[in-house]
Amino acid sequence: MSAILEDFTSIRGVSLIKIKEAKDEGQKVVGIYCTYCPQEMILAAGAIPVSLCGTSETPIADAETVLPRNLCPLIKSSYGFAVTDTCPFFHFSDLIIGETTCDGKKKMFEIMQEIKPVYVMQLPHLHQLDAALELWIKELRRLRSTLEEELDVEISDEKLWDAIRKVNHETMAVKAICDLNKKNPPVLNGLDLLTVTWSRNFSSDKEELFTMLNELQQELATNQESEANANKPRVLLTGCPVGLGSEKVIRLVEESGGLIVAMENCSGYKTLELQSDTELDDPIIALAQKYMEIPCSCMSPNPYRFELLERMLEEFQVDAVVDLTWQACHTYNIEAFTVGNLVRDKGLPYLHLESDYSSSDLETLKVRIEALLEMVV
Amino acid sequence: MLVVGLDIGSVAAKGIMLDRGKMHRAMIPTGWSPRDASEELINKLLKISGCKREQLDDIIVTGYGRIAVAGAGQVATEIKCHARAVAELYPQVRTIVDIGGQDSKVIRVNGEGRVIDFAMNDKCAAGTGRFLQIMANALGLDVSELGENENFSEMVSINSMCTVFAESEIIGLLARGTSKAGIIAGLHQSVGRRVAAMVRRIGIDGEIAFTGGVAKNPGVHRALEEELGCQLLIPEGCQFTGALGAALLGQNS
Ligand code: SF4
Ligand code: SF4
Repeated sequence: MSAILEDFTSIRGVSLIKIKEAKDEGQKVVGIYCTYCPQEMILAAGAIPVSLCGTSETPIADAETVLPRNLCPLIKSSYGFAVTDTCPFFHFSDLIIGETTCDGKKKMFEIMQEIKPVYVMQLPHLHQLDAALELWIKELRRLRSTLEEELDVEISDEKLWDAIRKVNHETMAVKAICDLNKKNPPVLNGLDLLTVTWSRNFSSDKEELFTMLNELQQELATNQESEANANKPRVLLTGCPVGLGSEKVIRLVEESGGLIVAMENCSGYKTLELQSDTELDDPIIALAQKYMEIPCSCMSPNPYRFELLERMLEEFQVDAVVDLTWQACHTYNIEAFTVGNLVRDKGLPYLHLESDYSSSDLETLKVRIEALLEMVV
Repeated sequence: MLVVGLDIGSVAAKGIMLDRGKMHRAMIPTGWSPRDASEELINKLLKISGCKREQLDDIIVTGYGRIAVAGAGQVATEIKCHARAVAELYPQVRTIVDIGGQDSKVIRVNGEGRVIDFAMNDKCAAGTGRFLQIMANALGLDVSELGENENFSEMVSINSMCTVFAESEIIGLLARGTSKAGIIAGLHQSVGRRVAAMVRRIGIDGEIAFTGGVAKNPGVHRALEEELGCQLLIPEGCQFTGALGAALLGQNS
């Protein structure tokens, strides 16, 4: 593993120390769970946005004393960390921001409210409607004033534009790294790819992160060591988000001889083409437009996800697709029908998996994954 | 060319040896150790054929024990092996239904015998040999006796999909004096319905083959044909299909 890649594995640890120091100096921390949360607003408020999305099995048993067993593990894990106070990032958060994405999260946030202040944004789900964008713009304005009040700051347009530029740059830099995998052989395997795209959400310093991303991109672009990745079936992962801790499907694919070249989920490419339009007059509108475009399955209809997938299949020279649905995630589960048809129409093998964070189904997942890889000509 | 195909299943371990034109087969209970089972099978096949271990050109292993035995030879999934065997036995077949001890699967193949899609039952036992085994126990029968004991004209429908609930459902039915033969018919129908739903999800195209140990049960055979509305081709020695496919893959490589 290259030294820069290694730096990404330690982002979480390093940033924890920095966050603690920043808190001691009076800086605020805002916890976020989802890609719909406009982190630019938090940055513009002078606070640190941190990702809290649960990716570990450990706190699920505790979560199940309150939440139903038959619920998405991501929601249970997120709540479990909160209720057991075992996630330092949650611990340091002064405020949590949630969105009405799926039913499970929305209702979980109500209960989480008992542990910490959770501010929930109303995310409209019919995104092609004018009224939806209008509502979302209003919601962003409401967030702005709430943050100003809660954190006792003023969020100027100037600060917003500044934050918007930073996040635009970061997104472009991450995309440039992911795009290196369009090459054959790909430069990064799925686990390394995830290490970069997931760990960056824990960085407390956007400038430093931007430098790291660029350095890594340059190093990888000239790297000749990707021979180990040659001739392996190129697999695209889509569906629910994964992170380190819930990466078992990536691991199984790579242990079985395949290689995850790209991820069209929130841990990967889903948001990487989206940029806020800096030519507009109002930064709130620029943000609203960008975030409304995110192709999450909670949107109906969700055409951009299929456009994006179709393009990724070509550009990343994909040989097979794994579509992962976490248990009880209805929106991704149902959308899998359309994803499956799209992939099969391209003549590519498609595997839909339903799983949770436990290791109880490793064997049954493995045989399916091996059979998928056998289907690659 | 002398090759062995092993299918180390959850209940039974099956082996096929292809010795030029000849075929030998053997079956033993898997027991606790897939590794021991595979050794025993190989020795059995060598004995039947009168060949020596050194003469073996290749061993291909499939089935749930395939990983534990890895090292003995190459590994392939049951899905690929079934497709390979059926392409040999019935080239006209495009859909394969396999019901084994632990799982059931539906495989779509193209004209060259390549897998183009597949589905497997999820974590639960409904629609597998395991389901039938538990129900047979509750009825005081051996699973192999279910087929001959069914009476279709007395069929009562079993509504529970879940193994645990289905078990208490039939205990309740027995207590109310419902005929065993009718309950058995209902159980077969329930397996048939469950598996037929999986077949329709994958799509039917061309003829259908039915493989795996459960294909020997005439009741499930009947129920599945009824649910699908078409006839099924069942190979002789249906529980050896996976092992045969493994051996054929070995022959090709
Ligand atoms: S999948 Fe949807 S709900 Fe989940 S993090 Fe991504 S955008 Fe948010
Ligand atoms: S994976 Fe699905 S159910 Fe879980 S939080 Fe995301 S959208 Fe909700």
